[in-house]
Amino acid sequence: MSLDPATVRRIARLARIGIDESDLPALQGELNGILGWVEQLNEVDVEGVTPMVGTGHAALRTRDDVVTDGNCRDAVLSNAPDAVGPFYTVPKVVE
Amino acid sequence: MSLTELTIADAAAGLRARKFSAVELVRAHTDAIAALNPRLNAYITTTSDAALQAATHADEALAKGEAKPLTGIPLGIKDLFCTSGVRTTAASNILKNFVPPYESTVTANLLRDGAVFVGKTNLDEFAMGSANITSAFGPVENPWKRNGDDAALVPGGSSGGSAAAVAAGLAMGATGTDTGGSIRQPAAYCGIVGLKPTYGRCSRFGTIAYASSLDQAGPMARSVRDCAIMLQSMAGFDVRDSTSVNCDVPDYSAAVGRSLKGLKVGIPAEYRAEGLSAEIEAAWQRGIEWLKAAGCEIVDVSLPHTKYGLATYYIVAPAECSSNLARYDGLRFGERVPGDTLDAMYEATRRAGFGPEVRRRIMMGTYVLSAGYYDAYYLKAQKVRSLIRRDFTESFQKVDVLLTPTAPTPAFAQGEKTDDPVQMYLNDIFTVPASMAGMPAMSVPVGLGATGLPLGLQLIGRPFDEETLLAAGSALESAAGFTHRPVIRAEGAK
Amino acid sequence: MSYTLEGRTGTWEIVVGLEVHAQVISHSKLFSGASASYGGEPNTHVSLVDAGFPGMLPVLNHECVAQAIRTGLGLRARINLESRFDRKNYFYADLPTGYQISQFTHPIVGEGTVEIELSDGTVRHIGITRLHMEQDAGKSMHDQDPTRSFIDLNRAGVALMEIVSEPDIRSPEEAGAYLRKLRQILRYLGTCDGNMEEGSMRADVNVSVRKAGEPFRTRCEIKNVNSIRYVMHAIEVEATRQIEVWEDGGEVDQETRLFDPSRNETRSLRSKEDAHDYRYFPDPDLLPLVVEQTWVDELERALPELPDDKRDRFIKQYGIPRYDASVLVAEQAIADYYEEVAKGRDSRLAANWVTGDLFGALNRTGRSIQDSPISAQALGGMLDLMADKTINGKIAKEVFEDMLETGDSAADIVERKGLKQVTDTGAIDAAVADVLARNADKVEEYRGGKDRLFGFFVGQVMKAMAGKANPAIVNEALKKVL
Repeated sequence: MSLDPATVRRIARLARIGIDESDLPALQGELNGILGWVEQLNEVDVEGVTPMVGTGHAALRTRDDVVTDGNCRDAVLSNAPDAVGPFYTVPKVVE
Repeated sequence: MSLTELTIADAAAGLRARKFSAVELVRAHTDAIAALNPRLNAYITTTSDAALQAATHADEALAKGEAKPLTGIPLGIKDLFCTSGVRTTAASNILKNFVPPYESTVTANLLRDGAVFVGKTNLDEFAMGSANITSAFGPVENPWKRNGDDAALVPGGSSGGSAAAVAAGLAMGATGTDTGGSIRQPAAYCGIVGLKPTYGRCSRFGTIAYASSLDQAGPMARSVRDCAIMLQSMAGFDVRDSTSVNCDVPDYSAAVGRSLKGLKVGIPAEYRAEGLSAEIEAAWQRGIEWLKAAGCEIVDVSLPHTKYGLATYYIVAPAECSSNLARYDGLRFGERVPGDTLDAMYEATRRAGFGPEVRRRIMMGTYVLSAGYYDAYYLKAQKVRSLIRRDFTESFQKVDVLLTPTAPTPAFAQGEKTDDPVQMYLNDIFTVPASMAGMPAMSVPVGLGATGLPLGLQLIGRPFDEETLLAAGSALESAAGFTHRPVIRAEGAK
Repeated sequence: MSYTLEGRTGTWEIVVGLEVHAQVISHSKLFSGASASYGGEPNTHVSLVDAGFPGMLPVLNHECVAQAIRTGLGLRARINLESRFDRKNYFYADLPTGYQISQFTHPIVGEGTVEIELSDGTVRHIGITRLHMEQDAGKSMHDQDPTRSFIDLNRAGVALMEIVSEPDIRSPEEAGAYLRKLRQILRYLGTCDGNMEEGSMRADVNVSVRKAGEPFRTRCEIKNVNSIRYVMHAIEVEATRQIEVWEDGGEVDQETRLFDPSRNETRSLRSKEDAHDYRYFPDPDLLPLVVEQTWVDELERALPELPDDKRDRFIKQYGIPRYDASVLVAEQAIADYYEEVAKGRDSRLAANWVTGDLFGALNRTGRSIQDSPISAQALGGMLDLMADKTINGKIAKEVFEDMLETGDSAADIVERKGLKQVTDTGAIDAAVADVLARNADKVEEYRGGKDRLFGFFVGQVMKAMAGKANPAIVNEALKKVL
């Protein structure tokens, strides 16, 4: 499988990583190099094998339904690049 | 002996015997940092003033006889552990001014036991790398030199700053995190001991995630016993981490020096891989002889899917990282690059905030999870991962512990192996399989190679049997009598 | 009668499936200990987990799992003892981690069914495909600043149940009935308050049209419709639009649309150049969720009686018509009220009073059953006075109105107003004699064969006794004399 420039652009877009056209050839080459290398997994027979989920040492635990957190707006906003009053902000979203 | 040469075990005894004060011990290390860090770049942030203040409290506690296991012991903290009120960067521009209002569970446990933090150690950006050259804060220099060659070597990665700091005497021990070898490989490159515990042994709460199903915190120190002491504090169940395992933390120090009589040690044939240097193969053979001499039975075993470990890793880890790093969007924390629209802001922020290797892995992970490719890549990799784990599980029905090399070569020079990402990834070929299976593993320095650089051997154990690693590790350690120190070190700098 | 729409080319059938997002009733959020309640100051019901800070990890709320299982049981659905949480990856301002934790491949609840009843009495079964747990997103506010949107994460991470129906719905009326029934079940179970105005229940509506006997055609999804009425309107206008597209020789595109109630139309959401690719994968921070059958059984035993069961029991136990029973079980509180009134009394009479006079009064005063001015005991007390003939039906209406106004008990009102029914034959005989004496002409006419006048004499006697006479005794006395 080999990535074309359009696919590299689409992936960058999905990942919200800005790229310049001039980045494309190098990026395409590197990603194709890695993809070509992982192709070796094609030779492994995984018929009937269950995919690994977790590492098998435990099942999911749950917590009691009690309010133990929150009410920490200062901490929540402490690192915000552009907080206004009690809010985070982003460039205006038009819906 | 200089205070920066002591082990944690000896320093703790010295403090209790009032041979020196915690302030003296900590000052020796902060002075060493001041002298050597500009060159080694092992720390991104130093906290000398706070450390000296903590040392004063430590001396008060010692005077009152209220010392805890790590009271007054100066440690470096990989800058991936969130530390309350202390900048935590993950060696990334996107977090270069991030000050967490919370403490990771691992560092909170160390503080509870009296440890003194002297600074936040450098790493590969978001722990993605094997040479500590992807840090936004510049590369770390390995304190070791090849014989007769002044070329700057890499310390390994991603916990390169921790390894270099411990090797050079800028900390008595340091925390690391290991996703595919990030504790063990730099430990081997820098001639120290590094232990990656079983997945689930140390809480991941408050540690910045790279690949959640693999990330595991562990100790890095100059002796096996010191790793046992640190792990004692770091390990333990944490309700805030759903993957943390609720099982008792044994007395790790008791395992150090334990008899190995009758212990079955497996030697996996597949680790005699291409690219394994002759000097490392020789060191491995010596290790086998030492363990045999210590009463172990050596058994040949096979881990047939080992060779697929790395390729599997480079699907699973990028996939998880592509999702884990989506939160760095310039909105709630971290650096923001303005944009006219929300998407423009995201794209500009993430392009400027992440370095090339992180961007590459995010894109790789985005691709392998995308519609139409999930089954071929991610699902397939998770199935191969099951096979890798099955290999280990079957081996551990025959043997108690596995012995392998930690890395195929000793440390290399900065600037080598940087053209092709795949060549760089191959440094982790021996460490990745245990990560994929969640098994505990440890690297122990066993000697110097032909060029005078340290070589490490890796022990891999059963889940939650870190004690056997410590027992076998201490046997290797005493048989090797590894007392070599790097050229660049605190004492030498004076 | 099946619902169809007439186009130029013939008759069209509509096919609808609903995805309902129901907010789980819980104290804290699905994966964090922050409050799940409404109405906090902005960004106060937010933990660092909800805000997606580095190193923060999710821990599952036990009660939310219990609520999802209860709901599954209420929908007569299969409970999956092992389920999983996946990450649905996309970037949005109100999604702090860049992914929503949701159960994509392995939901906690599988196939089930909901019985609906239409106005003509038809009963239909709508299939449930699945129910899964997921996180709600935060809120963006766009009108507070000229260049920026403001983000409040109070809702981020609150537990939702997404309940997906099969494409079994064939008319707006069925969609409405399905939503009302679903809401009724959720409220009975106490797993969701079903309040669509506050957004605690919202629906995505999948609509397609086809000619009779055809396979399904392309569907459109109308997102986030927040009232039952709008769902019904949206289906109709969207189906009409699609029929026009097909009949004009076009193709309906599979897309997401929005319903605009003010213009009564649906419009396409700005289609993005990149179609969504959510890159689902199992959340590595969470292990598979395994629940024990014994716990499911325990939850099942503790379930309240569900509306369908209660309706059937009411019909059987109280001998009331199906329609009345359906009305009485609409809400748990109404059913409880009715049962208390009916207990040990004439259950049909009780049903008439509750569904008639009481509902009328509540409607008039805009109150709910919970704050009814007449308690179930009080209404029962009044029925008791009717049963022992202290008052008759006519006086009862007057007493009821007084109770509404004053809150006094029926007995007090009867006492205060002297409304006790007169059964004293002496007094009644005297009144009869008086009335007949004053209406001698009419007595003549009656005796001459004008039987209809009997009612007139009854009315006159009752009037003379201020309505308090026992009507049976009055009848008897009149017959005797006449």
